[in-house]
Amino acid sequence: MISDPDALGVLYLVSIICFVLALRFLSSPRHARKGNWVGGVGMIVAIATTLLTEGIGNWALIVVGGAIGTVVGIVRARTVKMTAMPQMVALFNGVGGGAAALVAVAEFHTNAAVLGVDESVSVVLSALIGSISFSGSIVAFAKLQELISGRPIVFRSQNIVDGLVLAAAAGCGIAVVAGAEEQWLLWLLVGLALLFGVMFVLPIGGADMPVVIALLNALTGLAASATGFVLDSTVLIVSGMLVGASGTLLTLLMARAMNRSVANVVFGAFGQVQEGAGVAGADGTVRATTPDDVGVMLSFARKVIVVPGYGMAVAQAQHDVRQLAEQLEERGVDVTYAIHPVAGRMPGHMNVLLAEANVPYDQLKEMDEINPEFPQADVALVIGANDVTNPAARDDPASPIYGMPILDVDKAASVVVLKRSMNPGFAGIDNRLYVDPKTQMLFGDAKESVVKLIGAVKANG
Amino acid sequence: MNHIPLVLEITILVLAAFLGFEVVSKVPTMLHTPLMSGTNFIHGIVIVGAILVLGLADDGFTKAVGFVAMVLATANVVGGWFVTDRMLEMFKQRPGDRSRRGG
Repeated sequence: MISDPDALGVLYLVSIICFVLALRFLSSPRHARKGNWVGGVGMIVAIATTLLTEGIGNWALIVVGGAIGTVVGIVRARTVKMTAMPQMVALFNGVGGGAAALVAVAEFHTNAAVLGVDESVSVVLSALIGSISFSGSIVAFAKLQELISGRPIVFRSQNIVDGLVLAAAAGCGIAVVAGAEEQWLLWLLVGLALLFGVMFVLPIGGADMPVVIALLNALTGLAASATGFVLDSTVLIVSGMLVGASGTLLTLLMARAMNRSVANVVFGAFGQVQEGAGVAGADGTVRATTPDDVGVMLSFARKVIVVPGYGMAVAQAQHDVRQLAEQLEERGVDVTYAIHPVAGRMPGHMNVLLAEANVPYDQLKEMDEINPEFPQADVALVIGANDVTNPAARDDPASPIYGMPILDVDKAASVVVLKRSMNPGFAGIDNRLYVDPKTQMLFGDAKESVVKLIGAVKANG
Repeated sequence: MNHIPLVLEITILVLAAFLGFEVVSKVPTMLHTPLMSGTNFIHGIVIVGAILVLGLADDGFTKAVGFVAMVLATANVVGGWFVTDRMLEMFKQRPGDRSRRGG
């Protein structure tokens, strides 16, 4: 048992240092895994220190709870497919947020009478942010898992209703801070915050998910940090804030990559705007092609740029894409991958999938690096990417995505688009690229199409 | 619990924010998904709060809430760590190393 607060503080400082180092090691893929181990050590030190704190009891409950959590965590982490990583991250965000909110609720239950103003504020913030993060993440998970529609779900005066719910929650919070000790006030606050979390994520469309997941990540970190103020725990304050800073930075990066403000993503209800807006681009004919034709085209190209998107993830086609690329490289074709920052459903989604398929990461080029290379490319092979290739973002002020930096796919000598059907993507915007005379469409499941392409390339000797 | 003055706590918070921005801004784009799941793991630190609440609980209600918090936080810590490790293992190849690519 450790009763000396300084000893506890020093041990917690060790975990803080481990967490900072874990993030530091992430600056290079070579050391990143080592960093995760360092972070793991930090967590074990923190958990052991807490367990050894004087006065800790209820061991049976701690052990059983820990065991259940461990089993659930390991099973989920081991079985999840890499393509399902966005919903996995969303789920863990929610779980962490929920835990933070519950800690605040329990603390208020036990100590409502003795909490000072600063602790009450922290209880309220922790319960509020944790609950929003919990229910918001669950909705994001359901959307990504396609348990509910990924399209924006909107209703009339949504922003006003959202505002009222949040204001009511804030009212409960102010009452608690002002000294009210009634338990139902905090429960009402939690209920309203849960409702707000649901309503805040429902109207956000699938294509905006990278921003939302990063934002929920930041919120969960902040909730953990607020819990640290409640419990006077430096390790919670610092670790929570590290996560908060990381989530905030990613949120801003993602929003910038779409040339929209975070507020616009959250409150703009992307789906509403383009009901009529995209139709203008639809005139012109779409040319469908066959795997054999594309196979010939790819086989005799000098430079091919692969543009992966969410469609590749959905079809789980990343391994076949790598095989196709290898086959082309054996023929002397130069193959690179163009990665748009918001391709997929979370920051870095495409990088993880292609890393899973063992694509060397020096073949993955970021947008600014690859865009000047499109004019030299013989073929741009677009696999399940849509909005990030839409030329309307560059030159059609009427388009809802106008101003978003895109991959200059249309500057390649020819473009092949692998797409399930002509249904517009998540954002519901028509893509002018598809009616460009040098574009050919290869319809069908991305995985099946790529497998056929591998066969077609082989047939060319 | 050892009480820390509020101003000191806020100072720590603000410094942590700057440190976080500084460290995270050096993470390359390609590692952004592992960064998210790694920070996911780190916010599992709320397990410290769960243990304190559950371990010091006297009444049934607090025990129940603390128990659920304990389950959630442990799942967060364990799941977050293993997912991140799985993901980072895929990134361990050296740039340009094509020998592993058959696998």
